[in-house]
Formats: sequence, structure tokens, C-alpha cells
Amino acid sequence: MASDIEMAKAAGEAVKEAGESVGMPQLDFGTYPNQIFWLVVTLVILFFLMKRIAIPRIAAILSERQGAIASDLEQAEEMRRKAVEAEQAYNQALADARAEANRIIAEAKAEIQKDVDAATARAEAEIAAKAAESEKRIAEIRAGAMEAVEQVARDAAVEIVELIMPSLADAKTIEKAVAARVKG
Amino acid sequence: MASDVAEGGFNIQPMEQFVIKPLFGGHELNWYTPTNMTLWMGIAILAATLLLIVGTRRRAIVPTRTQSIAEVFYSFVYRMVEDINGTAGLKYFPYILTLFTFVLAANSLGLVPYSFTTTSQAAITVTLALTVFLSVTIIGIIKNGPRFLKVFWIDSAPLALRPVLAVIEIISYFVRPVSHSIRLMGNMMAGHAVIKVFAGFAGALGVFAVFPVLAIMGVLALEVIVAFIQAYVFAILTVIYMNDALHPGGH
Repeated sequence: MASDIEMAKAAGEAVKEAGESVGMPQLDFGTYPNQIFWLVVTLVILFFLMKRIAIPRIAAILSERQGAIASDLEQAEEMRRKAVEAEQAYNQALADARAEANRIIAEAKAEIQKDVDAATARAEAEIAAKAAESEKRIAEIRAGAMEAVEQVARDAAVEIVELIMPSLADAKTIEKAVAARVKG
Repeated sequence: MASDVAEGGFNIQPMEQFVIKPLFGGHELNWYTPTNMTLWMGIAILAATLLLIVGTRRRAIVPTRTQSIAEVFYSFVYRMVEDINGTAGLKYFPYILTLFTFVLAANSLGLVPYSFTTTSQAAITVTLALTVFLSVTIIGIIKNGPRFLKVFWIDSAPLALRPVLAVIEIISYFVRPVSHSIRLMGNMMAGHAVIKVFAGFAGALGVFAVFPVLAIMGVLALEVIVAFIQAYVFAILTVIYMNDALHPGGH
């Protein structure tokens, strides 16, 4: 076994010497154990770096990003729904405000109407009162005029009777008679 | 041959870049001696760490540029494994990722001037290919037992042809590690040797060196593509071979 290795080494040296001129250092078998040893060392180190650090980390990053995208989409959907809700609430508020405004307008109109009605009623009552007073005054004036006429008629009748038949000149009777005639 | 060329005014040694030398001088090369290749494998680990670990340290939801590249890199390999092997193959994803990262880093770093191309070494690619071959075979036998032999027995072919196909399949199965390793090594070695040859021309041509320099630029651009494609080919072939172990007969 040992002699084999020695032989291989010797052969390697020989090939190496020749290699300078022949030009295939790859066939220098003397370097093979060295190369394979360092290759194994390199691959083991690289494998553990990949397996322990790089792969878990990158896999985590990728799945995290996948999750983030999914949750972002979900959030976007949620926000869209909220926007729709807000729009509905806004429309609702607008409609409410409009209804409220209409109600206030109607109320104000009704109040004004009531005031107008009250004022009209008062004015009518006043007019009626004034009319009644005027009527009363007219009636009074008319009554006064009647009395005056009666007075004049009575006085005239008494004087006429005194002139024509002084014996009959009884003021009371004449007055009664005149009153009866005037009324009739 | 080199000396012939040297006499003609050129000093081109395109293969000299592939010589393995002890890193800290001396001529003794024991199995543990750090070499120029050790250095560049270390740099490959460093590059992979910078991209995949330092680049992702922020764990940002909105990634930085480096983190994006790391994520694309990860997803690229992940999807490759998932598409070919299905979810059963994801168990082996860390191995495939390690393999792809190593080969890609080694290929790409080899394009840096004065660097050493790890994947141009037969010892490296053969070891990698044999490891893949043995893992696939062992996993296939452990997982499927005798059913693993279905890999060689094509059910969809006419019965009379099946034995013939079985022989062909068996040969092709055992040739796999050879083609798997030589393809990578050959591609890496050839491109670098060509660049070195052109660089040698440039050194000897004086003012007219502009032509070989332009040629080097072209070849280098091509080599960047080759570096990626060969890493991809190496990884995807590994995944395809792995498919035999996971789903034998599922051609």
C-alpha cells in the first residue's frame, strides 16, 4: 500500500517534470490527494454555510415576502371595503342632512304661516271691532237724529195744538201721540 | 514544443496556469499543503458567502440589489430541482445548491486574470462526478431496491428491443461520470488555454497586439457565458441523474 503511494508519487513527480514540456498539469496524479482533500474541505464548509445559514434565511425571506404580499392584498381589500362603507356613510349623511334641511325649511314655513295667520286673525278682529264701533256710533247718531226729529215734531205739535185749541193743550197727551206717530 | 516556440520569439505556455503549486513556497506537496488551488477554493467560498449570506443579512422584504441576485440564484436552483424531481427531490436541494454554487463560483473566478481555475482540474471534476454518480446509485438502490433496475429496462419500448436497450442504458449509465466530469474540465481548460495563447501573441506583436487583445475580449465574453452554462449543465445533469434514483423507470 505504502509502496503504491510512493510509486504514485514518483510517477506524479515524473509526470510533473514532463508536464512542464508536455502541457497537461491535470494529469499530475501526485497532486490528486491534495486536491481531493481541499475539495472535500471546501465542499463541506460550503455545504454547511448553505444548509445552516443561506438556505433557511433566503427561504424565510421569500416566504415572508409571500406572506407580506398576501396580507397587503388582504389589507387593500379591507381598505377598499372600508372606502365603500365610508362612501355609503357619506351618502347616508348627505341624505340625512338634506332631509333635516327640508324638515327645518318646512318647520320655518309652518311657523311663518302661523305668524301670518295670527297676524291676519288679529287684523281681522281689529277690523271687525272697528266696524262694530263704527256701526254703534252710526246707530247712536241715527238715534240722536230720531230723537231730535221727535223733539221737533212734539214741540211743533204742542205749539200747533195750542194755537188751534188751547183747551186741549195737554203736553203729555200730545207727546204720547207724537211718539206713537213717529214710531209708526 | 514550448522551447521551439520560445526560439521563434514567442513564450507561450498555455498550460502553465493549471500547475498546482504550494501557496507558501517550497516544493513539498503533501496532501494537506495549502496550494494556489486551495486559495481560490477559499475565495469561491468567500464569494458565495458574500452573495448568499452577507447579501441577505438585512432580510429585507424589499430586497437590495445583492439580495435580489441571491434570491434569483436560490429560486433558480430551487425551481430546477422542483421542476425535474418534484417535491421528493427538494430533500436534496441543499446538495444541488452547494454543487452549483461551487462550480459556478470556481468557473467564474477562473476568469479573473492570474487566478486559478479549480474546475479545470481533472481531480476536481472527476471527484465531483463520481460523488454524484455514487450518491445517485446508492440513493436509488436504498429508496427503490430492485425496482431501481427499471432505469435500464425501458417499459415503453417493444419487448424484443428491451434487452438491447438495457445494454445501451447500462453502458450510458456508467459512462455518465466520465462525460459529466470531462465536459466541465474540458470547457474550462480549453477557454483558458485559448486566452493564454492569444495573450502570448499579444506580448510578441508590439503595436499589432490590438488584434489578439480584441480576440481575448471576445473569447473572455464567450467564456463568461460558458462558465455559467457549464455550471448549469453540471447541476442540471446532476438533478436529472437524481431523477433516476427518485423515480426509476419514469422516463
